[in-house]
Amino acid sequence: MKLRSWVLIFIACNLLTFSTISAFRLSRSQPTERISGSAGDVLDDNPVGRLKVFVYELPSKYNKKILQKDPRCLTHMFAAEIYMQRFLLSSPVRTLNPEEADWFYVPVYTTCDLTPNGLPLPFKSPRMMRSAIQLIASNWPYWNRTEGADHFFVVPHDFGACFHYQEEKAIGRGILPLLQRATLVQTFGQRNHVCLKQGSITVPPYAPPQKMQSHLIPGKTPRSIFVYFRGLFYDVGNDPEGGYYARGARAAVWENFKDNPLFDISTEHPTTYYEDMQRAIFCLCPLGWAPWSPRLVEAVIFGCIPVIIADDIVLPFADAIPWEDIGVFVDEKDVPYLDTILTSIPPEVILRKQRLLANPSMKQAMLFPQPAQPGDAFHQVLNGLARKLPHDRSVYLRPGEKLLNWTAGPVADLKPW
Amino acid sequence: MKLLSAFRSSYLNRRGTTFRSLDPSSFDGGFIPKPSPSSIFWLAIHCLCCLISLILGFRFSHLVLFFLFSTSVTNLYTTTAGVSQLLKLKPLEKANVTAKSSRVVVGRHGIRIRPWPHPNPVEVMRAHQLLERVQKEQKSLYGVRSPRAVIAVTPTYVRTFQALHLTGVMHSLMLVPYDVVWIVVEAGGKSNETASFVGKSRLKTIHVGFDQKMPNTWEDRRRVESKMRIQGLRIVREEKLDGIVVFADDSNMHSMELFDEIQNVRWFGALSVGILAHSGNADELSSVLKMNQEGKPIQGPSCDSSGKLVGWHVFNTQPYATKTAVYVDDKAAVMPSKMEWSGFVLNSRLLWKEPVDDRPTWVKDVDNLLDGNEEIEDGPLSMVKDPSMVETLGSCGRNVLLWWLRVEARADSKFPPGWIIKSPLEITVPSKRTPWPDSSSKLPVVTKEAKYNQPATEKRSGKAKRIKEQEQ
Repeated sequence: MKLRSWVLIFIACNLLTFSTISAFRLSRSQPTERISGSAGDVLDDNPVGRLKVFVYELPSKYNKKILQKDPRCLTHMFAAEIYMQRFLLSSPVRTLNPEEADWFYVPVYTTCDLTPNGLPLPFKSPRMMRSAIQLIASNWPYWNRTEGADHFFVVPHDFGACFHYQEEKAIGRGILPLLQRATLVQTFGQRNHVCLKQGSITVPPYAPPQKMQSHLIPGKTPRSIFVYFRGLFYDVGNDPEGGYYARGARAAVWENFKDNPLFDISTEHPTTYYEDMQRAIFCLCPLGWAPWSPRLVEAVIFGCIPVIIADDIVLPFADAIPWEDIGVFVDEKDVPYLDTILTSIPPEVILRKQRLLANPSMKQAMLFPQPAQPGDAFHQVLNGLARKLPHDRSVYLRPGEKLLNWTAGPVADLKPW
Repeated sequence: MKLLSAFRSSYLNRRGTTFRSLDPSSFDGGFIPKPSPSSIFWLAIHCLCCLISLILGFRFSHLVLFFLFSTSVTNLYTTTAGVSQLLKLKPLEKANVTAKSSRVVVGRHGIRIRPWPHPNPVEVMRAHQLLERVQKEQKSLYGVRSPRAVIAVTPTYVRTFQALHLTGVMHSLMLVPYDVVWIVVEAGGKSNETASFVGKSRLKTIHVGFDQKMPNTWEDRRRVESKMRIQGLRIVREEKLDGIVVFADDSNMHSMELFDEIQNVRWFGALSVGILAHSGNADELSSVLKMNQEGKPIQGPSCDSSGKLVGWHVFNTQPYATKTAVYVDDKAAVMPSKMEWSGFVLNSRLLWKEPVDDRPTWVKDVDNLLDGNEEIEDGPLSMVKDPSMVETLGSCGRNVLLWWLRVEARADSKFPPGWIIKSPLEITVPSKRTPWPDSSSKLPVVTKEAKYNQPATEKRSGKAKRIKEQEQ
């Protein structure tokens, strides 16, 4: 009896060690620190052997033909859905036998209907998704077995599976009813928001890895810029008055700090954007129309500490990466005091954050390289999926049980695609 | 209504940025609409809003009303909303948003601006300290692991251009981020002029005199300089200085990267020197350049494609064959020797008397040289048994890190000792424009200054006046 209680206490103590950073590991170029998030030291985990994914063979009108129509989809920030399919098709976790699969992947490119400017229009996406789900539900028994609870979809658009770029409309629509039980891999993440389903995996937006690697400068170039930002402060086309775009946070940054010599902020598009980021200590990553931004990825790759100004945001792979230790979080209401906040950070904390950012597994986890490399974002997604295994027994429905409402949602969505 | 009118008047008084710091809480708790005359009430509000937007513009009116009704969840304002639409302040269907008590609200928010946006000087200082700390960390990571001291050996002598040259070297050495020992060997014995430079530098210095006087021809000068450098090396041996020996000739120009690059040397290194063989005669220079198209004015190591040292690049003196300077103040171009000393650096441990453990075998034993038994003939390469083992610096000589130049004044040029004019100047020539009386022997030094000050201050006040006018 006593032994058992001691064993229980021992196990309890082990379970209590959450989010610890330990072991200063010296590497040849820069000392880095190990990264452990709340899920543990999982960035270097190898998902091969831990899960099996079955990729549905959808007709090419759902994926290849769309890509052929507009190859720009390969380079914009929503390209993760395309590369995810390519990765899974040739990955060792793929299985051709659906009976032994733990997860099912549906390759449908919902974010590839681009305007002439290159922005994706989400108006047809709900119908496309619905049509794809109808197809797999009628051709394979696995959807109906669980009503999608062991299926995952990649929906990298602004507000995920709410399929709209305007926040109120997205909230109004909510997540597509058919995806209520599926796992969503998306870039959007905000706590207590309709469009973030519990159990979703947040991924970074796509940033072209070769382009960023080609702009690296030698590490001994001294970091002489204190705060750096390039981007819009006012979206004059959609929000001429201000206060709506970015919830007024970007405008507040501009109005308060445009004359401050420590802040190198402007709306220009310099050709030396990546080089300048490598010469800065802090890079601002404020929200825009949606809270996520590719600036976070760029800041991590270039070793610039991200200053995240977006209330309640959920950052990529939040259970594997301890973002609190790596970036600086500033509430939107504290934006006027940004300079006080940033200058009052002790130097040891700054150096530690830079060491964490220098960790190569951290940089790898933010990228979608082709071909895939170990530790990159594809593998982190698989790790996240593997951590959700084994499926709970409630996932499997009793025969005849139906939980999804196939006719819910706006009437326009029910039209066939 | 009283509250409203009071608000309006105070609002009219305080325009501009100070408005934004208006405390919304004073207007908290808004207006509880009375049930029966509610329509009249709303009409009154409507008129008020129209008036405000007339006077202050659309944006301000929105802000006013936002602050008025800001405590509860705001409705979204459509961008083309007329004032009447503002009155339909139905709360948004926030069943989804606020059900889980989110503090993030969709809709229009105010742009927060603090009332005194100027940067706080204390914070600016702290930011600069942070920048310095980060850069120091970067240097220690990507720069040299354990920086060694730099021992600069400079042969010099007193002449007109000494101040020009030594100031340059002194400032370069003062900027070096590593420990510096500056050995100044002076021909003709120690002098006060040189001592003043050496003292000004605030570096660790060793100033010695050399018995010979500096001769007047370049050929002899080179020989004496070599002897002086050997004397410097002797001092390194005696004092057992530990570091990297650099031959910093006083008329050369050194870049800061040079001192970072030489930290990589192990025993004996060579780097590229840019040769500036300029005579001061522009026509001659252009004709020389036309002839010298293929050659580069560089002396230094030369490597093959795999980075191995295969030879030495030497300055092409052919074009100058007929027109080189012989005497120090000749107008022709000065030619460098085949291998200048300044292109080589060595580890001071090579010079120590006690045998060091891992002294390379390809360097000759320098004791004989330093004891004065040998004469060094053609540059420092003769200190090395096997020249192919010399380490190359600056990516095998591709980076030119210092420049060689020889410029001297006429032999009969005089300069005030210490460059301080002790007695008043003897001849003054009145300038054509000033309305001076004929110059008398008593120099109007004081009045001259006063005259100069007056017009300047007048000009300055005039400018100030103009600026003030512009501001208003």
